[in-house]
Amino acid sequence: MRKDYNLEKRKYIIGGIVVTIALIYIIRLFMLQVVDTDYRRHAEGNAFLRKTQYPSRGLIYDREGRLVVYNQPAYDVMMIPREVKDFDTLAFCQAIDITKEEFDTRVARMKDRRYNPGYSSYTPQVLISQMSAEEYGRLQEVLYKFSGIYVQNRIIRQYNYDIAGSLLGNIREVSATDIANDAYYKAGDYTGDLGIEKSYERYLRGEKGVEILLRDARGRIKGEYEDGIYNVAPISGKNLTLSIDAELQAYGEYLMQNKIGAIVAIEPSTGEILALVSAPTYKPSTLVGRERGKNYAKLVSDKYKPLYDRTIMGVYPPGSTFKPTQSLIFLQEGITNLNTLYPCYGGFISGKLKVGCHAHPAPIAMKPALATSCNAYFCYGFKAMLDNRKKYERTDEAFTLWKDYIVSMGYGYKLGIDLPGEKRGFIPNSEYYDKYYSKGRWRALTIISVAIGQGEVLATPLQIANLSATIANRGYYYTPHVVKEIQDTIIDSTYTTPHKTMVDSKHYEDIVEGMRMAVTEGTCRIGEIEGTDLCGKTGTAQNPHGRDHSAFMGFAPRNNPKIAIAVYVENAGFGATYAVPIGSLMIEKYLNDTIATNRKELEKRMATSNTIIYSGVKKH
Amino acid sequence: MESRNTNIFALIDKPTVVIYLLLVLWGWFSIYAASYNYDGTSIFSLDGRAGKQLLWIGCACIVAFVIMMFDTRLLEAYAYPIYAVTILILILTIFIAPNVKGSHSWIVMGPVSIQPAEFSKFAVALCLARFMSAYNFILKRPENMIRAILIIVVPLLIIILQKETGTALVYLAFVLVLFREGMSGLILLAGIGSITYFILALKYAETYWGITPVGEFFVLLLTNIVLIIMTSSKYNKRGAFRIMLYITLACALVAGITNIFTPVNWAYTLYVAIAINSIYTFILSLKVNSAKLLQPIAVAILSIIFLFSVNYIFNSVLEPHQQARIKVSFGMEDDPRGAGYNVNQSKIAIGSGGFLGKGYLAGTQTKLKYVPEQDTDFIFCTVGEELGFLGSTALLILYTALILRIIYISERQRDAFGRIYGYCVASIFTFHLAINVGMVLGISPVIGIPLPFFSYGGSSLWGFTILLFTLLRIDTSRTGRI
Repeated sequence: MRKDYNLEKRKYIIGGIVVTIALIYIIRLFMLQVVDTDYRRHAEGNAFLRKTQYPSRGLIYDREGRLVVYNQPAYDVMMIPREVKDFDTLAFCQAIDITKEEFDTRVARMKDRRYNPGYSSYTPQVLISQMSAEEYGRLQEVLYKFSGIYVQNRIIRQYNYDIAGSLLGNIREVSATDIANDAYYKAGDYTGDLGIEKSYERYLRGEKGVEILLRDARGRIKGEYEDGIYNVAPISGKNLTLSIDAELQAYGEYLMQNKIGAIVAIEPSTGEILALVSAPTYKPSTLVGRERGKNYAKLVSDKYKPLYDRTIMGVYPPGSTFKPTQSLIFLQEGITNLNTLYPCYGGFISGKLKVGCHAHPAPIAMKPALATSCNAYFCYGFKAMLDNRKKYERTDEAFTLWKDYIVSMGYGYKLGIDLPGEKRGFIPNSEYYDKYYSKGRWRALTIISVAIGQGEVLATPLQIANLSATIANRGYYYTPHVVKEIQDTIIDSTYTTPHKTMVDSKHYEDIVEGMRMAVTEGTCRIGEIEGTDLCGKTGTAQNPHGRDHSAFMGFAPRNNPKIAIAVYVENAGFGATYAVPIGSLMIEKYLNDTIATNRKELEKRMATSNTIIYSGVKKH
Repeated sequence: MESRNTNIFALIDKPTVVIYLLLVLWGWFSIYAASYNYDGTSIFSLDGRAGKQLLWIGCACIVAFVIMMFDTRLLEAYAYPIYAVTILILILTIFIAPNVKGSHSWIVMGPVSIQPAEFSKFAVALCLARFMSAYNFILKRPENMIRAILIIVVPLLIIILQKETGTALVYLAFVLVLFREGMSGLILLAGIGSITYFILALKYAETYWGITPVGEFFVLLLTNIVLIIMTSSKYNKRGAFRIMLYITLACALVAGITNIFTPVNWAYTLYVAIAINSIYTFILSLKVNSAKLLQPIAVAILSIIFLFSVNYIFNSVLEPHQQARIKVSFGMEDDPRGAGYNVNQSKIAIGSGGFLGKGYLAGTQTKLKYVPEQDTDFIFCTVGEELGFLGSTALLILYTALILRIIYISERQRDAFGRIYGYCVASIFTFHLAINVGMVLGISPVIGIPLPFFSYGGSSLWGFTILLFTLLRIDTSRTGRI
């Protein structure tokens, strides 16, 4: 037997080669399986189809517990372009009742990143959104024939009271900005747009759930991963209870038809808003479903700007509704007392300057001045305050104090209502006039019109209503808000903390008296409601857009007021012509539920008259 | 008879049998996992592939038993006729086999399909063992070498004609047998070297450091190292190694200084170093008057020629799909939808297994058919995904142990026939393991050959069983033939 021991050593080389290969492979395995974690992610991306489970959006009730907004199922047809194979376009078009051309446009649009920035051929893309249940039913029967087509359950809003479009807001598909700003959103999600739907989005939307499905290499669903133990159930959005009284809101909209303006009604003891009518208004149901885009565009281009919520965005000269604030400052600062008389013979006259007034007995004291809305009285008072060199060193010092009083009553800054888009109005300060007229070159007479709520002073109807609530409360207000309760959540303390004004509460009683006199014997007589001691103040605001704006601010009953209101009707003339009747009808409706028979005629006249024709818009 | 049977089963190499059974059973479970379909087909059901594999395993056990009953001296005696018949069948197969995915390698007999190529390895191993175990056989004689190579290459070419390139390449594994039996180590080195050079040159063909082509640089660096080691080992004085190292460093220094002023192609620096070192070696060979010292120079020159021809071979000789497969497996091209799909998905499946794996039957990638051929060529993925790093390492160690055990058994044979045959078996297993697992791990090109005892299929299981148990049968008779 020949045995070559030199050659036998080669077994070590051959064994070494085998061991080396195995070692290289073990190292490679270590790199793949332990060091590099990317593969795990890839594997999940491969095999898991994460199907979003959309939560039911929170319902919205009014203050009486009446369901206002609820949900209705809708169906989005989704396409995963990569998984579409052997697609029978004609059969598909037939199933969803669209033409071949329409289908092609939709697919082109879906794939166009300008319209659909999140487009990816690997993920579900919305092909047709918000099909109705009947349409879905037809498609469902043949859905199995179309690979790469899925149906995503969605919800759309339905309205029991088709009112308060700008207050309730609506739902739209998220934009690229939404997705960038909030990780919650994915392309194709819905989010609240305008109104409560927007400001309470976080509560209403709930938590999305996810269903993890296993998808094989051909894209077929092979059931739930681990029998669904990793699925996350969606959590429904929180229900909201509004402070709004749906019937009152509807009534306000009824009265405001064919008018431009706003009604804000507040419960003084809580700051809860009872009605928030912006006119012209629109039905929220027009912004639901597939017609949304078309209808939205129509609203945007409407020359009367129905999307513009005049209650919180409209900034108007408050006119004479501003006068109570002046009375309060004068009393608090001791500029005048209740017996101080000022002359008024056709108005306030000082050299060349004249602020006109209407006929009433003169000289006049504060309460009758409020009742008759005497311009002269407040001009004299304002001048007396700003020119009082014993009390204040300079005019600007006096005016700064004046401004602080006004701000403490809720003017000049946003009140902080729980709705998006509130405007702050405008209350000038000393620096403003220093800049405008240059320092030291202005005095009381230069700016006298602010005393009667004209000139630079601008306020939102909400701020005017808030003044009414403050007076009704004799000196404090709660931040006005439209949501009374959030399901399982304690409402933000900003809405339950009273804000005191700088005026002592004792002075308010006199203002209340003056405002009561306005109804009994002054400018608001048309607003008298039998059995209710309404207090009010008219306003007739001059403005650069045409006829005067008609304004009213008031509350009732005089003691323990239940409702404070501001009504503002653009270009409708005297306060007493439109704003006072509408305001008093609203109060009567709220307090008594019905309108007294003798006032039916008034109600009818208000509802049927058209003041839009006087608006500046009409002219061009 | 009775006592002889007892004898055989007492003498059988138990570690090998244990490893064999472990692998076969593990394979069976893996096939069940790979073809597991969420519809709950039983592991025993003949509708499923696991059930069928169990049938094949049963048959394999019968085959193993029959082989153990066999007198292997007959195999040695009939080695040539067996080889001749096998070659005939292989040729016949080309003509009678139906087209299956482009290849003509399966003979269909009613419900049973058999791939003769799986069995021809056995015939080649027998023939090679018989030929090389002849008395006074010296492999280094050219006529012997040529005949041995012919025995290997003839079936290889026929199988290429069957369009089963993967299976054909397995025959290259017999180089290891030739090496063990006296083939020059240089040829093996050249083989391994060319593969290394080929990979380096191609993988980094389009990578540059400054103006230095990385692939070229590494090949030349290796060439220089080989040159220095070969020269200094053949010229038995230490000084040679040091001088050549200094020459190389001096070249690097000059290049480094030049680099401050103008960018240097470091590959050129290495050409210069190799040239000077070769001249030095040549001077040494003249000094000691030894032709042996010309070998290192020849190797260096051949290496450089090889380097130049790699690009030519790659671009002009290989088919586009072969180029693509090689590029993808070298990570030069990312093509997860095309040629790289299989490899990419198998890497994802294995990589997602992590350290401990997802658990038996809990792998998502293999269950959901992301990995193609997952119960045949890509079966290793199932192990990688479900049993993780721990499981796949254990499997690799089991295979390594089997191959080392086969080498051990081969070496303890008293006659050359048994030893050579044993090395044939070890080489075949090594090649299958290296290429199959390498492919799944994305290291070697995608060549469809099964993982021994693991991949689904009767032909390959029986082929490997016959190979292994014939060795074990030969091994049992070693004591009786002193």
